[in-house]
Amino acid sequence: MDVKHRAVKLSVHPSRGLVDDKFVIVVQSVPPGVQLTVHAFHRCEGGHGWEAFAHYVSDAGGSVNVSQHASMGGTYSGVEQMGLLWSLRPVPGSKPGLRLKKMNVQTPMEFTISVHLGYRTEGFMDQVALASQVVERWYMAPGVRRIPVTKDKLSATLFLPSGPGPFPAILDLWGASQLVEYRAALLASRGFASLALDYLTPKITQDTSNTMENSYFEKAFGFLQQHPQVLANCIAMLGLSFGCSITLRMLAYSDVVKPTCAVCISGTHVQPIIAKQEDIFSFYKQYSDKIQVNEKNQKIMKMMLLPITSDPTLKVDVGRVQCPLLLVVGEDDQNLPSSESAVDMKEMMERAGNSHLLTILSFPDTGHLIEPPYSPHTEASSFRSIITQQKTTALWGGQCVAHAYAQEDSWKKMLAFFHHHLYAAHYSPPASRLTAKF
Amino acid sequence: MAFNVKMMVMKRWLCTYVQVSMDVKHCAVKLSVHPCRGLVDEKFVVVVQNVPPGIQLTVHAFHRCEDGHGWEAFAHYVSDASGSVNVSRDASLGGTYSGVEQMGLLWSLRPVPGSKPGLRMRKMNVQTPMEFTISVHQGFRSEGFLDQVPLASQVVERWYMAPGVRRIPITQDDLSATLFLPSGPGPFPAILDLWGGSGQLVEYRAALLASHGFASLALDYLTPKITQETGKMVDDSYFEKAFGFLQQYPQVLTGRIAMLGLSFGCSVTLRIAAYSLVVKPTCAVCISGSHVQPIGAKQEDIFAFYDQYSDKIQVNEKNQAVMKMMLLPITSDPTLKVDVGRVQCPLLLVVGEDDQNWPVLESAQDMKEMMERAGNSHLLTILSYPDAGHLIEPPYAPHTQVSSFRSIGTRHKVTALWGGRSVAHAYAQEDSWKKMLAFFRHNLYAAP
Repeated sequence: MDVKHRAVKLSVHPSRGLVDDKFVIVVQSVPPGVQLTVHAFHRCEGGHGWEAFAHYVSDAGGSVNVSQHASMGGTYSGVEQMGLLWSLRPVPGSKPGLRLKKMNVQTPMEFTISVHLGYRTEGFMDQVALASQVVERWYMAPGVRRIPVTKDKLSATLFLPSGPGPFPAILDLWGASQLVEYRAALLASRGFASLALDYLTPKITQDTSNTMENSYFEKAFGFLQQHPQVLANCIAMLGLSFGCSITLRMLAYSDVVKPTCAVCISGTHVQPIIAKQEDIFSFYKQYSDKIQVNEKNQKIMKMMLLPITSDPTLKVDVGRVQCPLLLVVGEDDQNLPSSESAVDMKEMMERAGNSHLLTILSFPDTGHLIEPPYSPHTEASSFRSIITQQKTTALWGGQCVAHAYAQEDSWKKMLAFFHHHLYAAHYSPPASRLTAKF
Repeated sequence: MAFNVKMMVMKRWLCTYVQVSMDVKHCAVKLSVHPCRGLVDEKFVVVVQNVPPGIQLTVHAFHRCEDGHGWEAFAHYVSDASGSVNVSRDASLGGTYSGVEQMGLLWSLRPVPGSKPGLRMRKMNVQTPMEFTISVHQGFRSEGFLDQVPLASQVVERWYMAPGVRRIPITQDDLSATLFLPSGPGPFPAILDLWGGSGQLVEYRAALLASHGFASLALDYLTPKITQETGKMVDDSYFEKAFGFLQQYPQVLTGRIAMLGLSFGCSVTLRIAAYSLVVKPTCAVCISGSHVQPIGAKQEDIFAFYDQYSDKIQVNEKNQAVMKMMLLPITSDPTLKVDVGRVQCPLLLVVGEDDQNWPVLESAQDMKEMMERAGNSHLLTILSYPDAGHLIEPPYAPHTQVSSFRSIGTRHKVTALWGGRSVAHAYAQEDSWKKMLAFFRHNLYAAP
């Protein structure tokens, strides 16, 4: 193919979007029946290169449409509209155990999508592509405001949606690692005031080595209730991993924190009840000898808590939950026994008579880190547990394609769940005030 | 009565007689605009949810342009049975547009009350987005939007430059231009972009064309630095230099360069396409232009030629100048119009039938006849839009029917009547842009 006399046209539409928007990649103006490689590249904030690629054959019209044509191989195969994002992996030669996370949510992630002649699997940076397009993916929509919160010794970041409000809100709790803001930023872009709460490493912990007590979460919830741009009776909780432990505990036992609804992703209800946070950490530590290590020296941490205990003092009594609860479960979660816990929670709620509040989304071959859609699947990564204080390589689990599907499907359903309980359910048509004259 | 009409009547009746008091403390109205970031020629969907059914709402758009003026548009809707309004599906019952108009909130924008007359919305800094605030208000409102807190609002960004597009100011060889390169290594087909008689270097269309894969050179040919320094207007060698610059440029495909002209830029484009021995465009697009000009004359003499007819300009009751009268009827003198029978490349003419500034429709007709006689009319395509005016811009730009205009040639400042009716003009902008891009893609990318 003589490129001097032919211009290959690559378009990615839209070239700017939110991270949960889809895009359509189209290559045009190539001869029919030509082998091509479509490639994606991203340099993350840590300076590491990530890439994905797929092999296509141009059709009779001289084009490739990634959302319609099947990839013949690469980092994904088959028809996968967003495969170039979720199949991203560190470039060869990268240090092991990397995980893609955007810490500064006020700037977009930039990806370069390019098209190359032939079926290539390496050396993409060494040759000039036939065409390429820079694509921006944002966590924050225009008008979303990022507000660091430090009052009352809280350590958090509040994201407010565009507009005057007031808005329903979500208290966003991550797992046992450093605070990330991106999910809260994205939720605000979808209309929910969101508070990303740092509960394991805030200043007060660093100063006194005390971990956070229930009062800290009650304070965070109260902060949202008081906020002029938040609807006081429309506040949900969202937890991931260890954040679920806190969420479930609050739901079942707090006299102060009464969320409108709650979502727990990749979590468990197993924890010593009526214990301080540091006691909870000790509880997990005592089972650390049950952790299995696989042939790649990756820690399978879910073994610590299996089988699910029958001791009622060692798990949250979810029969006491009084609000709609959505559990998101990866059936291949190797970090926490989230699948087994969900089954146990369901049984507890059926016995207690509140199982009508429970919805479980269970995804086969899906691991622990169920992130917003199109994030690359991380099967294992370096992890410093706040609980054990050790740096290890944790096996999260999950198979790439299934995990990507789970992220997309669970996010969509989670947004619908929040919308239903925080927006729609709180509208009460003033029927009694209608005075129609017919 | 048909069912739909019955339902409409019921809806209006319900709104007249029902007193609904919406307690906003207990009800969060949800407004979404998707996408909230996009290029200026992309569509968006505006949806309001979580309001009571059957209530009156006003959806409002506001923009503060670079020179500080406020622009607004608004439309009246009634929420449906599920408590929502979808602007791309539901009919506006009134406002700055009516009926089902997905993008009406943009193209019906007009200066806020109290603004000085004769304004035109043009983005001069193309490296930042235009920001619009879309909001929803209770009831049917037509003013005072900024005095009350809306039920909900969303900021929307609209960009001329896609990510990766590069803006490169060009000053070599006495050219005054800006080159926009698409994202990627290239090489790319290119477009030489010529604006009209008010001069200056207008970049936004070239920036947008680069966002669609065409290296685009916005060229100032009426007020370039060289003219400002010497007082002399450029001659055709300037355009040859600009074209040659593109041909030599490493990221441009030498044999794939088009010309695009608007208004007076068409005069240049047609002249070059017909007579230049050096400039051979692959194809050309002329928007709102005419072939009428003295052949072989310098630029200054062309303006003098127009000037001599300035007493034929009509002024309407609003003191707006109807300038097309200067060149009507189309002359039959062959020395006073470009011999388009000599054109050797595909030519697309975009015509607003209500153009009051140039006799575009009549010129297109005359050009067609000339090309039929010459045997090259197979190269010609005419897109003709009823009720569209002179300023056929990229889609969703507000329709400017009239604005202040100082022609470089005549140096008069007038209020020029451009013509066109809002809805039809908006349609013409959207349709012609789509077809123009397809024409460029076909001739510059696909053709072997």
